This record gives sequence, structure tokens and C-alpha cells, in this order.
Amino acid sequence: MNKQRHLAFTILIFFFGLTIGRSSTSVLEKDKNLKQDVKSEIKEYINHHLKDSHSFSITSYKDEKTGKTVYIELPLPVILYDNGLKFFWSSALKHGKKVVASGGNFYKLEYHDSKIYKTDKDGTITYDSDHHPLNEKPLDFSITKNIATILLVSIMMLLLFVSLAKSFKQNKGISKGMGRFFEPIILYIRDEIAIPNIGEKKYRNYMSFLLTVFFFIWFLNMLGLTPLGVNVTGNIAVTFSLALLTFIITNVTANKNYWGHIFWMPGVPVLIKIILAPIELLGVFIKPFSLLIRLYANIQAGHIVLMSLIGLMFVFQNWVGSSLSFGLAFFISIIEILVALLQAYIFTMLSALYFGFAVAEHDEEH
Amino acid sequence: MEKLISEFSIGLFFWQTIIFIALILLLKKFAWKPILDSVNEREQGIKDALLSAEKAREEMASLQSDNELTLKKARVERDTLLKEAREIKQKLIDDAKSEAKNEASKIIAQAKEAIQNEKNSAIVDLKNQMADLSVGIAEKVLQSKMSEDKAQMNLVKELIKDVTLK
Repeated sequence: MNKQRHLAFTILIFFFGLTIGRSSTSVLEKDKNLKQDVKSEIKEYINHHLKDSHSFSITSYKDEKTGKTVYIELPLPVILYDNGLKFFWSSALKHGKKVVASGGNFYKLEYHDSKIYKTDKDGTITYDSDHHPLNEKPLDFSITKNIATILLVSIMMLLLFVSLAKSFKQNKGISKGMGRFFEPIILYIRDEIAIPNIGEKKYRNYMSFLLTVFFFIWFLNMLGLTPLGVNVTGNIAVTFSLALLTFIITNVTANKNYWGHIFWMPGVPVLIKIILAPIELLGVFIKPFSLLIRLYANIQAGHIVLMSLIGLMFVFQNWVGSSLSFGLAFFISIIEILVALLQAYIFTMLSALYFGFAVAEHDEEH
Repeated sequence: MEKLISEFSIGLFFWQTIIFIALILLLKKFAWKPILDSVNEREQGIKDALLSAEKAREEMASLQSDNELTLKKARVERDTLLKEAREIKQKLIDDAKSEAKNEASKIIAQAKEAIQNEKNSAIVDLKNQMADLSVGIAEKVLQSKMSEDKAQMNLVKELIKDVTLK
């Protein structure tokens, strides 16, 4: 029954509420302590969804005859660095049920934290008191679900914008088709984000980063709302990478003035200058850090709320509560579409602002 | 925080950074630069077109005002010409009139003078003829009257009487 509910939950996320699934009727007969079961299952499902995965799973179901869970998924390559590169397909891991032998070592997927550990031949994983595995972890450079999605979005963006550039060239600078939709956004980023924050003189150097980061985050956010069930921009490693680039670009392109304002703030008494220097220096790191946390937290929270509301339908098990949580989930997912755009905008906007600080020319002393 | 760090995947970070940087560079070369360039070109083109249109408009306006000025001048000139012509005409008429009047008065004066002269000479002529005639008459009367003494005496007396009376 659990697997059936699991399936129904997946289907629901897939078609977003078109069906409640077969499980609901059969569960009605069960006693109340099953509800607790449902809750923990939902919690685990959400937790699992928020994490990266080694395979691109679409759905899974339990075969009635054999009693085995059958996964419908795309296998992805697993690349490990453990005294030399190890390569095999994620399908070999069998969701942590099989030990994979590669280059004389044995590896096993720990299902709960979705990480690959080095094990012995039998695949024993020892845990500490907090249920954290103690086994050695090889460096994992696998093409995971998130990386596959990033690649997909990158290819999509390349195809889209290169063809846009071509159509621009062919039509003598007038957009056509899809370009009609994307051109105003590109112009908006240039006219409302880049130029006001960075300035007419230097904005050109930053346009490529700003445009790429905006569309990259936006598309990934939107993809996170589709039934594919990816959570790329809600992953700390991805937002860290994006914010790190903003940090590096800001500090590499910064002029003398910027550093002057950090270490020796002009126009204030010496004592305050000494106090301000460490605060300003801390600000250099806090600014991009806030970027990475904001994007991560917003997308992560959106996914948790949305999935919890969908999960609530199975907890309520009645028409009123379920339709109420359906309505709420529908409402939240519309809000999430807005958040997807908003977070992309905020990231781009703040990046532009920081670049603007870095290259600002202060003619006046203040 | 601990959970965040434990969740942090170095592999994902590594790939994300490489893919993203590659994406920026590729898009910069093949998409953003051509798009922004062509947009800039288009905007410059629009700006230029607007500027030249403005210029043409100004030229047209100045041309129009020039035309108007010329027209105005021509109209004024025409008016002055007409006025002058009218004045000349009037003057000619006036001159002719006054000359004619002068001439007429001169002729009249001459005529009057001639008449006067004729009249005078006629009067002189008449006077002379009258004197001749009256002398003749007086001669005849005297011839007939002085034949008698008495009458002569009477005349003398009368004449003397007149003399004394005077």
C-alpha cells in the first residue's frame, strides 16, 4: 500500500492534482496510526526530492507479481575520483541495493543522504549515533540529476539565444518570433538593471554575466516547478557557485576607489576609519553570501511548501480538506511562478548593484 | 548550517561552475554580443533617422517661412507699385487739369484784353465820329441860326448868363 501511495503522490506531482490515485480508497479502511505513516512517508519523499540524485527518476511503482519496486528513470553516469577515475552508470547502483565494483574498490549508494560511499565487498555501511555513515567518501564528480538539468538548460539557452542572434542579424536588428518575447527582457536588464546600477560607461563588460545569470536562474526556477521535479536553484552548491562568480567578478574588476572605501573610508575621523575597515571588509563577503542564501532559501522553501500542501491531501483523506489543500497548492504554485522570476531578478539586480559599487567613480568626497 | 555544509556537493559545485562559465563565454560570443550589437545598431539607426527627420522638418519650415517672406515682399511691392501708379495717375490728371485751367484763364484773359482793346478803339472811333458829327451838326445849326441877329444876340446873352452864373 505504501508504494501505491508513493506512486499516487508522484502522479499527483506529475499531473498536479488531476487524480488522487488508487491508494486513497484502500487507505480509508485502515486505522488511524497509518496517518502517522503517511506523514513520515511524505516527509521522506520531500526530503528526498530536495536532494540531488544520481539518476533522473521519473516515477516508480511496485510490481504486483514480483513485489519489487520498479523505477522508471534515466540512468546517469557516475564519475568518482578515488585514486584514479572510476566510471559506471547509476543504474548499476540500484538505488543503494547493490554494491558496485569498480577498479578493485566497492561503492554503494546510501539512500537517505543520496551519497556514494566506499564499502567492502558486502556493502557494509557503519553509522554513528546520529545515523551518519562513517565510511570513506570518494570525490564524487558524477553527472547527477541537477548537473544533467544544468546541462539541459545550458543547451536550451544556447540554442534559444544563438538562434535569436541569428534572427536579429537576418532581420536587420528587428526580432522575430520568440525574440519578440525575449528582446524586451534583454533590454530591460540592460536599461533598468545594468545601466542605472553600473553606469553608462562600464555596463557593457558585465552584460554577458548579468544576462546569462538572469536567464539561467529563471529557467532553472521554472523547470523546478515542472513535474520533472528538479531542485537545482534550491541547491546550496549551485547558488554558492553563482554567488562566488559575482564575488570574484566584483573584486577582480573593482577599482582603487572601491578598496579605498573599504580600508580607509574617506571623509570620516581616523578612529571611525579604523572601526569601519573590518566591518566593510566583512561586507565584501556578506554581500555575495546573502545572494547565495537568498536564492537557496527561497527556492528550497517554495518546494517544501508546495510539496507539503500536495502531501496534505493524503493526510486529510476527505473531500473538504483535500480540495482545500489542492486550492492552496494551486495558489502557491502560481505564487512560485512569480517567485521564480523575482528571485532571478533579485539575483541579477543585486549582482549589478555590487558591480556598480566596485566600479563607481566618486568625484565628490563624502 | 551543519546540514547545509554536509549537503554541499563538491561535484555539483565543480560542474556547475565549469558549465556556467562555459555558458557565459559561449553565449557572450554567439548570442549576447550579436544581439546587443544589433539592438544598439538599430537604436542608433532610429536615433539617426529621427534626427534627420527633425532636420528635414526644420529645413522645410525655414523654406516655408522663406517662401512666405518672399510672397509677403512681393505683395508689398505690388501694393506700393499700385499705389504709386495711382498717385501718378492722379497727379497727371491734376496737372492736366490745372494746366488746362491756367491755359483757359490765360486765353480768357487775353480774350478779355483783346475785347477791351477793341472796345476802347471802338469807343475812340465812335467818339471821333461823334465829334465830327456833332461839329457838322453844330456847323449846320449855327449856319442856320446865326443868320438872324436877334438870335445871335440871344445866344450871346445866354452865354453870358451862363458865364456869370458860373
